[in-house]
Amino acid sequence: MTGSPSPRVRYWRKHGTLIIVLLAIWFLVPNFGGIFYVQELNKIQIGGFPLGFWIAQQGSIIVFLILLLIYALMMGKFDREYHQDRQAAGEEAAP
Amino acid sequence: MNSQAWIFTMVIITFGLYIGIAIWSRVASTKGFYVAGQGVPPVLNGMATGADWMSAASFISMAGMISVLGYTGSMYLIGWTGGYVLLALLLAPFLRKFGKFTVPDFVGDRYYSNFARLVAIVCAIFVSFTYVGGQMQGVGIVFSRFLGISVELGVIIGMIIVFFYATLGGMKGITYTQVAQYVVLIIAYLVPAIAISIKLTGNPIPQLGFGSQLTEGPSAGVYLLQVLNDLHRELGFPEYTSAFGPGNKGMLDMFCIALALMAGTAGLPHVIIRFFTTRTVAGARWSAFWALLFIAILYLTAPSVAAFARVNLIQTLNQSQYSEVPEWFTKWEETGLIEFKDRDGDGLIDYMKDTEANELTVNRDIMVLANPEIANLPGWIVGFVAAGGLAAALSTAAGLLMVISSAISHDLMKRMLRPEMTEAQELVAARSAAVVAVILAALLGIYPLGFVAQVVAFAFGLAASSFFPVIVLGIFWKRTTKQGAIAGMLTGIGFTGGYIIYFKFLGGLPEHHWFGISPEGIGSLGMLINFAVTTLVSLVTPAPPQEIQDAVEELRYPEDPPSASAAH
Repeated sequence: MTGSPSPRVRYWRKHGTLIIVLLAIWFLVPNFGGIFYVQELNKIQIGGFPLGFWIAQQGSIIVFLILLLIYALMMGKFDREYHQDRQAAGEEAAP
Repeated sequence: MNSQAWIFTMVIITFGLYIGIAIWSRVASTKGFYVAGQGVPPVLNGMATGADWMSAASFISMAGMISVLGYTGSMYLIGWTGGYVLLALLLAPFLRKFGKFTVPDFVGDRYYSNFARLVAIVCAIFVSFTYVGGQMQGVGIVFSRFLGISVELGVIIGMIIVFFYATLGGMKGITYTQVAQYVVLIIAYLVPAIAISIKLTGNPIPQLGFGSQLTEGPSAGVYLLQVLNDLHRELGFPEYTSAFGPGNKGMLDMFCIALALMAGTAGLPHVIIRFFTTRTVAGARWSAFWALLFIAILYLTAPSVAAFARVNLIQTLNQSQYSEVPEWFTKWEETGLIEFKDRDGDGLIDYMKDTEANELTVNRDIMVLANPEIANLPGWIVGFVAAGGLAAALSTAAGLLMVISSAISHDLMKRMLRPEMTEAQELVAARSAAVVAVILAALLGIYPLGFVAQVVAFAFGLAASSFFPVIVLGIFWKRTTKQGAIAGMLTGIGFTGGYIIYFKFLGGLPEHHWFGISPEGIGSLGMLINFAVTTLVSLVTPAPPQEIQDAVEELRYPEDPPSASAAH
């Protein structure tokens, strides 16, 4: 492949990177914060919550929700950029 | 009105509402029947998914399980919400882009094989039936304990209601009743939680009350979780917030269980099909966000309810005179769900870890259901909780029955046995299959296989080890072949099913668990085995036909022409 990548290749690259980054956070937060290092984190007390316990019972769920919000927003942006790209490349008619 | 009258009123009003929606949303096409005409707006689809997903186990049992397990209960919270991240990132938008009606549809078409389709049909039906049994028991529990109606009659009434909207409206009827059921169940869950939070800690937000100080009693001014830890230590239990160690699950086991529940959630056909009902791919992504938001409202409240219930239980009952117990105690004692045995004959309730000396046994399923009575809330709230428990169980049952009936009428009959069927004939087949499935489900409720949570754990392990890997590989790796997928599904489900049956039903001892992984978590290993087998077999078998590879490639890109911006 020569020159700048096609709109499709660019789109899938961005899409794939986003999936990998979000999945990494999905894996790290509950497992490391809520399971693997929970005993260490429990020594930190925030208000009435030991931190590790809070991550396991509340924090992880909040993080999951933020990940899905970021995903839906970013993908909307990527979709728009993809259609603009394709229009610029003449692969798609302007609306 | 006394609380019994309130319960009847609430149950009758909500059931009337569901039937009304069923009549309003009846359909005349297979697309309407299977995927609600693909016209469900993302916010409503999110609510419907929430109700579809949150079952009798979430509503009735989960807070009780966390209450008993303490920190270890987090695996359910993480597992049953984290699955939505997998669904949203790896499955839902791509499957929606594929544009078919059912999960076996995807497996059969993607893997260009009717045998793969058949394996998927069998898995979908098996997983859904194990799960529906749990829901029917939930319906029976609510009816018998709140209304004094026998479990059998309760199950039959519940099934008649589901029958009505599932056969008339198919997925469309189910979708809009699920939206109503979500509203009922979330109010039923939140109102008692808020009331108890105010009573114990003065904080009206249960998620914060859970980390606040108690306002009354001997431990006023001390943080609630600190009080629980102290009480647990006194009674010989592991501290409520402590992880691992004696009396708790090990680190690897927790990790495996949470992972199996996540992959299982993402692989459950009744959850996946909800994402086929949106108009666009972007709608499927937003549906996943809304679904998790609506689910999180309950899931963030559950651990608070669990901790409140635990404090309430220990503080009210331990060391109190049996002759002076509150009214709700006696009421639940009659159902056999609370038991008191005065071993030392002093008339005091001695509650402790030591099973030889402990005098009090409390069934975990009653924590949520008894909550309003423990907190002395008015009768209409008790009625709402009964209606909420029924909404949770019936909404999930309906989604499962949809999977079963579409697997039979669409995947088995239309796609395999009688492709020449007309749409009208297929619709008749779909409705008949729904009727048969409803009757079988009712029988499963009346003659249960095991208790609610255990049976549900089975469904997750099997979903994680059969569907999840072959769908993910089918989407992301063009080279995945039909031989790979079939071998992967069979080994995954064979391994996981074998392990669960051996340790749950054939008396295998916990000491012999592999690496200390309990049957609930073995789906993680089954999933890895499925991934490995599918990959290896795919590499040594001929590549899929070019048109399949092209179709898989096409899943990655947005629809043409641009219409995605109108989705939300």
